[in-house]
Amino acid sequence: MSATLHRRDVVRELLVGRGDLLVVAGLGSTAWDCTAAGDHDLTFPLWGAMGQAAMMGLGLALARPERRVLVLTGDGEMLMGLGSLATIGVQRPANLTVVVIDNGRYGETGMQHTHTAHGVDLPAVAGASGFADARTVNAAGELAALRETIQAQPGPNFASVKVLAEKVPIDLPPRDGALLKARFRRALLGDRADLQ
Amino acid sequence: MSAPQAAGVDWPLEIHRTLKAAGIGLVSYVPDAGHKRLIELCLADASMRCVALTTEEEGLGLAIGAWLGGEKSVLLMQSSGVGNIINVLGTIKECRIPLPMIVTMRGEYGEFNPWQIPMGQATPAVLEAMGVIVEPALEAEAVAPAVDAALRLAFNGYAAVAVLVSQRVIGIKSFQEQAAQ
Repeated sequence: MSATLHRRDVVRELLVGRGDLLVVAGLGSTAWDCTAAGDHDLTFPLWGAMGQAAMMGLGLALARPERRVLVLTGDGEMLMGLGSLATIGVQRPANLTVVVIDNGRYGETGMQHTHTAHGVDLPAVAGASGFADARTVNAAGELAALRETIQAQPGPNFASVKVLAEKVPIDLPPRDGALLKARFRRALLGDRADLQ
Repeated sequence: MSAPQAAGVDWPLEIHRTLKAAGIGLVSYVPDAGHKRLIELCLADASMRCVALTTEEEGLGLAIGAWLGGEKSVLLMQSSGVGNIINVLGTIKECRIPLPMIVTMRGEYGEFNPWQIPMGQATPAVLEAMGVIVEPALEAEAVAPAVDAALRLAFNGYAAVAVLVSQRVIGIKSFQEQAAQ
């Protein structure tokens, strides 16, 4: 079935009332989506390290088991780190959810097809890798349940949200990597972050 | 057969003690014969969470996330894995993430597999090209002090530091010897 959801609506809906949720945003469109939904000290938006967003989520989830962690990334970014789904499936962090905003395109490089546009089923990979919950989301009515999953359901959880292949305005977060790291750590760990 | 006993220095045990003393709570690895004993020691240590990786690159993502959460981690790998981490080393540098790596060498002293030699020979240059501080450990006695120094440099300096444990230390000279480990 063809997608009907708009990526900006989806990300805004998933982050509304985010509370103390920790967010890693994969490079490119999902980082811009998270910024459009409201830049936040507890969002770590990536400008590089393609393929590593889910592993950053795993590291964060293992370091802070008392907090909920969300990785929001694109299908192209996730495909570059498919092995990380197996690694997460083995570690089984209960506080981690990975959500792929799946438009079937490499949105920053000319909208070329990704493998998901040809039927590669990311939730099936996640499910076979040991994720507790792995689903495809096609309808706006399913987003509230996914938000609840992100905030409370024992994981690891995975969702692929099918969205339209559309160009949207670019909303840029800060670029300085050291700044993004420091602001995240300070917001999460307090002043002791600077003295660790 | 095992070099640590032959040399009279149990360097994997000393590395484990050094990691523990530095408060390392997370150990990620792609297995290597040279790391077999250290991996077993870490797996047996309840204070260390061990994460097996499908590729070394995952260890950098993990280390970044762990540091964002205030956790100190270390990455264990073989020198061939250095080729798999190059791009993400750029993120480590840009974000100033502490990244201690303990790399067991292949493709250098007495290597038996010619396919290992190109990456092994290029390992120090590749790491240095990406801004990683390289600490060679050429004998068993030098390994733990090099790891201790690397941990200090990494966490005090928010830097990527790699200890390269030479095949002089590991002592694998043949495929049969590796298979017997």
